[in-house]
Amino acid sequence: MRALKGMARLALLAGLFSWSLLAAQVYPAQVAAGPAISAKVNGGQDTSGRVKARPWSHLGREPTPAEIRAWDIDVRADFTGLPPGSGSVAKGQEVWETRCESCHGAFGESNEVFTPIVGGTTRDDILSGRVASLQRNDVPQRTTLMKLATLSTLWDYINRAMPWNAPKSLSVEEVYAVTAYILHLGDIVPADFVLRSDNMAEVQAKLPNRNGMVLQPGLWERRGKPDVQGDACMRNCGSATEIRSMLPDYARDSHGNLADQQRLVGPLRGAQTVKATLGSAAQASMAQASAAIKQTAAAPLPDDAALARASNCLACHHASNRMIGPAFKEIAGRYRGESAAPQQLAERVRNGGQGVWGAVPMPPHPNLNDDEIAQLVRWILAGAL
Amino acid sequence: MTQAEPDLNAPTASTSYGRVKPAPENFLHPQQHLKAVTVRRSFMAKALAAGAGVSVSVGAARAAQGARSNATSSGSQDRTQTDDPAVLNLPAHSRGLGAPVATLGYGNPSRFERNLQRRESPGLTRIGAASVSFTPLQSLFGIITPNGLHFERHHQGWWDVDPTQHRLMIMGLVKNPKLFTMDELMRLPSVSRMHFIECGANTGMEWANVAVPTVQYTHGMMSCCEYTGVLLSTVLDMCGVDRKIARYVLAEGADGSSMTRTLDLPRAMDDVLVAWGMNGEMLRPENGYPLRLVVPGVQGVSWVKYLRRLEVGDKPYYSKDESIHYIDLMPDGRHRQFTSLQEVKSVVTTPSGGQVLLNKGYYNISGLAWSGRGKIRRVDVSVDGGRNWQAARLESPILNKCLTRFNTDWTWDGRSAVIQSRASDDTGHVQPRINQLRATRGTRSIYHNNAIQSWRIAESGEAFNVQAY
Repeated sequence: MRALKGMARLALLAGLFSWSLLAAQVYPAQVAAGPAISAKVNGGQDTSGRVKARPWSHLGREPTPAEIRAWDIDVRADFTGLPPGSGSVAKGQEVWETRCESCHGAFGESNEVFTPIVGGTTRDDILSGRVASLQRNDVPQRTTLMKLATLSTLWDYINRAMPWNAPKSLSVEEVYAVTAYILHLGDIVPADFVLRSDNMAEVQAKLPNRNGMVLQPGLWERRGKPDVQGDACMRNCGSATEIRSMLPDYARDSHGNLADQQRLVGPLRGAQTVKATLGSAAQASMAQASAAIKQTAAAPLPDDAALARASNCLACHHASNRMIGPAFKEIAGRYRGESAAPQQLAERVRNGGQGVWGAVPMPPHPNLNDDEIAQLVRWILAGAL
Repeated sequence: MTQAEPDLNAPTASTSYGRVKPAPENFLHPQQHLKAVTVRRSFMAKALAAGAGVSVSVGAARAAQGARSNATSSGSQDRTQTDDPAVLNLPAHSRGLGAPVATLGYGNPSRFERNLQRRESPGLTRIGAASVSFTPLQSLFGIITPNGLHFERHHQGWWDVDPTQHRLMIMGLVKNPKLFTMDELMRLPSVSRMHFIECGANTGMEWANVAVPTVQYTHGMMSCCEYTGVLLSTVLDMCGVDRKIARYVLAEGADGSSMTRTLDLPRAMDDVLVAWGMNGEMLRPENGYPLRLVVPGVQGVSWVKYLRRLEVGDKPYYSKDESIHYIDLMPDGRHRQFTSLQEVKSVVTTPSGGQVLLNKGYYNISGLAWSGRGKIRRVDVSVDGGRNWQAARLESPILNKCLTRFNTDWTWDGRSAVIQSRASDDTGHVQPRINQLRATRGTRSIYHNNAIQSWRIAESGEAFNVQAY
């Protein structure tokens, strides 16, 4: 929503939101609101919009219209703030394949790392506005389209935060187009559809889960009332207690060795969950933790691995298993003994590439400098140990 | 005092009032000084003579060390005490010179505390830049979370933002939109307030069943700090909110995700802070340096990090993290939207899952309680799985929307037990059991699980995460 100070600015920006359904309701009121009645609520807060004179009132300055335009990017559910424009499903597919697919999959089903965007909705859901599969317990994942009740949300989020490693780099047309492509993957709009600022409301009326939200004021308002109340019984409460759920034995080491996650002194020790001999858990864990600490104190994480982690390489690559991208071990194996490999791989890290290991592209990494890239490549070729 | 001894407080011949004297000998009376020098010399002579004997006894103690069990450190009640080599063998730090001041320009915890780390829960999230790391509540004291152990939640990675280039814009339904530098914001009248911050998904893995082993993972998406900043109401008043139509405030971050969350205006004008300080220092980069919103009692996602913009509006904004995520799935297949309050909750941190009691006897059951609606009024503790309860001691301070530490005495008899805590706040809300929550909200909500936590103490002394009711 655009901030306005007076009629002059309203006139200046009027063209920007003349398409907006609610602009007519919002802006005149906003402009009309001047210094008026000085009613008091909430412990003496000024309700009139009048600015009280304070000793610190001079601090801060008025932002310029260009500054406000640069940051005021939010799009509300009533499409206030949506810039005029359009994008086709076809254009969206182009953008998708180069900018989105590596994480979200060719059909929005996503890969094993990111949660799916598309799926789980039906033609009946589009008619009813309620996603039926949300009522069942056997649906493995909740996709974005299963939950989405406000189209503005999808547009706004792609515009502000996508692609993940280069947010705010898409043009207005590309945002419309990608939004249209996702809607098409969900069978909400046809393949030849062009999403425009003036047909967003029509598409909103077809969202499969548009009627799927309820408000719970008790969990929102400052003095909201709870919906679930416990009981304050002190003696002989309820029937005999039963243990209804606990971790299965095979999950005992699911979070590593718990002995290494507890302090070395105090009334308790951590349980030895990796090499378990419960009887002497306390003593064993202390000795082992002491030894481990002496070791880690002497040998901190190797810098290379830390750099790979900090640079988000590990988001797509694993040392020995193929994830989104090839395992480091596979890369080292393929390029073993090739003298041009370091330079070749550095180029691939810097500018991205596709086709060597499959269809999923490697994105460019402008965030890394040459030294960092050289260090990472050296480390990967040496086996990423 | 005998005649022979001088009055040490009386001025000496060389005393001349109003003159600065060199330290230290002249602070002593000349006779006192002489005596000290004599004693020092005689001590040195005696020490030299005894030297050989000392080294013999050290050797004997070392020989005994191998045969000795760890009885002392495990708290044995054994009457036949043996000599503890930790006492008899003077360690290096008693016999040498320690490190000088400012060896560490910014100090670190002891190397023996390395087990206390923020950790991810394996399998919970899939990528480190959109993940959460949990605070090790099992090893913390009191109510303040050390800044380096504050839990992390990033939606698109974290940054160390240059504070000289950071700006905050306030615009929308205000008479005077404003743009602030950090210099200007930090000149405004500031307050320091202690509040807890809890992720809406804290304990979210446990809606259907037990999923994680320790309190770090069940409750560690929560921390508590003293925050310093300017009240949002102060800033909004400077801008002149149009109260006739303004109902909401949108907060937006400056990072890649540009996190946006809607606040309602009454809350925004109540106790929300635009904060730069955290436990006496600036915010940590992982926690939004140099500026974040502090929204007491409300889930952490609303505490927008790298805060760059506040827009006053007349309707909620339906941003991604209030429309796709941070919505609570109910049994009828609908999602509750705009749920954000963190309700009354407590957890025993000692003893807790993954810990092992060393032996029978006395233990101090200790834990944390909090409520997003106000202050903690009481905490009850049960050691029989909720059948019988006793009131715990609430430690001061007991503050609004802040952690409260509770303690209670317990003697473990070596038999299995189930330990629980149950908090009530000053609005009369009592923390529910998991089955009470499920009766209304089902098991798929993910968010806002404030159920009573149960730890089963096995006969081995090991504590396990269980659900008991």
